Amino acid sequence: MSASIRKLLAGLLLIGALPAFAQTSLLNVSYDVARDFYKDYNPLFQKYWREKTGESIEIKQSHAGSSKQVRAVADGLEADVVTMNQASDVDFLAGKGLVAADYASRFPNNASPYTSTMVFIVRKGNPKGLRDWPDLVKPGVQVILPHPKNTGNGRYSYLAAWGYALGQPGGSDGAAQEFVARLLKNAPLFASGGRDATTTFMQRKIGDVLVSFESEAELIAREFGQGEFDVVYPSLSILAEFPVAVVEKVVDKKGTRKQALAYLDYLWSKDGQENAAQNYLRPRDAEVLKKYADQFPPIKTFSVDEVFGGWSQAFPAHFKDGGTFDQIYQSK
Amino acid sequence: MSEAAARRANTEPRWLRLALTAVGLGFLFFFLAMPLAAVFSQAFAGGWNAYLEGLRHPDTLSAVWLTVFIAVVVLPFNVAFGVAASWAIAKFDFRGKSLLITLIDLPFAISPVVAGLVFLLIFGAQGLFGPWLGEHDIKIVFALPGMVIVTLFITFPFVARELIPLMQAQGKDEEEAAVSLGASGWQMFFRVTLPNIRWGLLYGVILANARAMGEFGAVSVVSGHIRGETNTLPLHVEIVYNEYNAIGAFAAASVLALLALVTLAAKALVEWKIRQETAMRQADLPPDESSPRS
Amino acid sequence: MKRALPGFGLSLGFTLVYLSLLVLLPLSGLVFKSSALDLGQFWDIATGERALASYRVSFGASLLAAAINAFFGLIVAWVLVRYPFPGRRFVDSLVDLPFALPTAVAGITLATLYADTGWIGRQLEPLGLKVAFTPLGIVVALTFIGLPFVVRTLQPVIEDIEPEVEEAAATLGATRWQTFRRVLLPGIFPALLTGFTLAFSRAIGEYGSVIFIAGNMPLISEITPLLIISKLEQYDVIGATALACVMLFISFALLLAVNGLQWWAANRHHGKERTSL
Repeated sequence: MSASIRKLLAGLLLIGALPAFAQTSLLNVSYDVARDFYKDYNPLFQKYWREKTGESIEIKQSHAGSSKQVRAVADGLEADVVTMNQASDVDFLAGKGLVAADYASRFPNNASPYTSTMVFIVRKGNPKGLRDWPDLVKPGVQVILPHPKNTGNGRYSYLAAWGYALGQPGGSDGAAQEFVARLLKNAPLFASGGRDATTTFMQRKIGDVLVSFESEAELIAREFGQGEFDVVYPSLSILAEFPVAVVEKVVDKKGTRKQALAYLDYLWSKDGQENAAQNYLRPRDAEVLKKYADQFPPIKTFSVDEVFGGWSQAFPAHFKDGGTFDQIYQSK
Repeated sequence: MSEAAARRANTEPRWLRLALTAVGLGFLFFFLAMPLAAVFSQAFAGGWNAYLEGLRHPDTLSAVWLTVFIAVVVLPFNVAFGVAASWAIAKFDFRGKSLLITLIDLPFAISPVVAGLVFLLIFGAQGLFGPWLGEHDIKIVFALPGMVIVTLFITFPFVARELIPLMQAQGKDEEEAAVSLGASGWQMFFRVTLPNIRWGLLYGVILANARAMGEFGAVSVVSGHIRGETNTLPLHVEIVYNEYNAIGAFAAASVLALLALVTLAAKALVEWKIRQETAMRQADLPPDESSPRS
Repeated sequence: MKRALPGFGLSLGFTLVYLSLLVLLPLSGLVFKSSALDLGQFWDIATGERALASYRVSFGASLLAAAINAFFGLIVAWVLVRYPFPGRRFVDSLVDLPFALPTAVAGITLATLYADTGWIGRQLEPLGLKVAFTPLGIVVALTFIGLPFVVRTLQPVIEDIEPEVEEAAATLGATRWQTFRRVLLPGIFPALLTGFTLAFSRAIGEYGSVIFIAGNMPLISEITPLLIISKLEQYDVIGATALACVMLFISFALLLAVNGLQWWAANRHHGKERTSL
């Protein structure tokens, strides 16, 4: 009995330790909803790379919540590249020495090949006439958003509202905090993630407005139908950046640095940028952006760096324990 | 006592039976049948073709295989531990028994996420054995071994906890009789104990199996979510759902409902074997000595 | 008393080794990790306002859900074993499903069912009863995920009751209720308590299904596992292990108390039997 168990265990270890296929392969560890983007992008890159070098390359994808993914990489998930939806996640890896400390300047545009922004999804015909952030804090308006402290899109929503209030005449941190507190008071629940927020709003018909990524509106239309809702662009919103980085330790070990760099570089190529636009992510390339102009109405945005001094400042100030989110929920 | 009187003594009045059946089934209806119906209604929201299309998602099949594989690997461990633990606890008196039972229960009370985290703290790159494992290029977490270990942890108590109350209720007279008649330990176990505990064992195994196949939280922490490689069915369901493919997600989840069929088949098989055995035993014995138990 | 049965050393030895390797060692790793905090920091994390509120929600909802499961589970197990009705086998085989269904699917489905627009929520709404996105929703989710425990621990024990015992009681003039109270219940009580304990402990740790239906409002519907996740989202692994340790200790104490109670009840029962014989 015990001998056979031992054999079984040894077998399991072997399966785990077996070197991956002899062919070069890259593991791209990414956030939840990026699958559609990379599903289309990977074949583009594979074709490009084969034509350029003759080498065929296998690309594996891993998708889950952004910060869970970077924790897994820190704990030993052998990602060649990480493609995230929030700089704080890549900063964490930089702190662990897994990616370069200056990863943001290794690629153009803050190492973010495309951007998005937070918009409002409202019921068909916008019955409550919600046009801008102040409409969302009015009494009687129900706002649906993912958990502002625990999820990436929740944090972007929170900072978008904060930045808006701060940018108003006479805006101050105190006023912004009060504004955000009023916004959160209008939330009947905090959804567990972006997708859950959408289901709550669209399928369970709860709430008057859903705060969501612009790119997600397209996904919502795909599942629930184009005519079921309207998209409202507020006067000012946040610029969501999606930083990418090479995991230095892993590419050194696997000898895949060249491929990993090329893989990320190619995101800025015309093909890569077009692919972003087709997935409703705003391309950095001005020409491509112009080509898809009807998809991306102009909107005034601010970046986390401009208003909050970067995620490394914004995160502890607002989302760590004792930050402004927790302060709002302290009973007095 | 006449047979009719005996039957009367053993059952409740008709109205009470009906009432209890209604209450029991009503409870199951609200807490079991409705959610299940909702899962299937979502899965079939787009009709048969959309359902099949959802199932044909490229990574669904590999997720199904991985899930079944893990469940199969975990099974013998759970049976061995469950039988051993319940034998020691139910048939013998020793000090610290309550403590031991409590320790066996403990994995249930641990949040699945923490259960995953615990093994990262040991086998992860920043964990206790991480550096050593890294040097020897042995992958535990973010690979199959880690997922098996975590599944073992979360299914740990099932079989034991199912068997302990059953064995306690049965006492040890039958086994003692077998031993005094000269049966060896294993003979006693296979001839007396095992037939007595078969239902409990089966329920324990089925429960552990269901849990092993349905677990998300703990496995998710150590899986790495590599598509087509380390995604189990529950992880796959979550990802597909997050990609705004509700039909695909619920279709994949509905596959797990097929487990009910496995339960059905397993119980039918055990019942059939028992009937066969008793029939054989009765054929062996002179008619007046056979006294079949109900 | 002489130990007549074989296999004590082997079975207990194997049990202890396996338990140590798979459970005790990893859990001591957890405690060790949290010891990086000094006592004051640990205390602050463990007794923060949000943490205390979350213990109330987690343990309260778990107790309630386990009690609901114990009551209805007893009836369901009894009905499934004793009363033949059409479709019984099918119903019986469905009982394990709450385990097999991924918790997220369970949570999403329950939230949709119990929301004001859902099949069940629609009926409850006119009564002024809100379930989804309130603490009540947490109870519903925890009842769902703990449902198989009580039924499945009771079933084999009820199946095992010797009909002679009931017959004897009836012959001696006991009413059906007296037979149940005095003869049957003591026999199945340990299993009932086990089922309750298991449903309760499983509920305490549950995360996946609850977050979809809880609403997750701080101080109102936040469960402790959510706070642990929240710490992890801040990359605060040590803080997370601290909260996990608190849960571990409370659960351990509660389980020990219940198991002690069970042991005591079993002994009392045996003692009575012995004196009455």
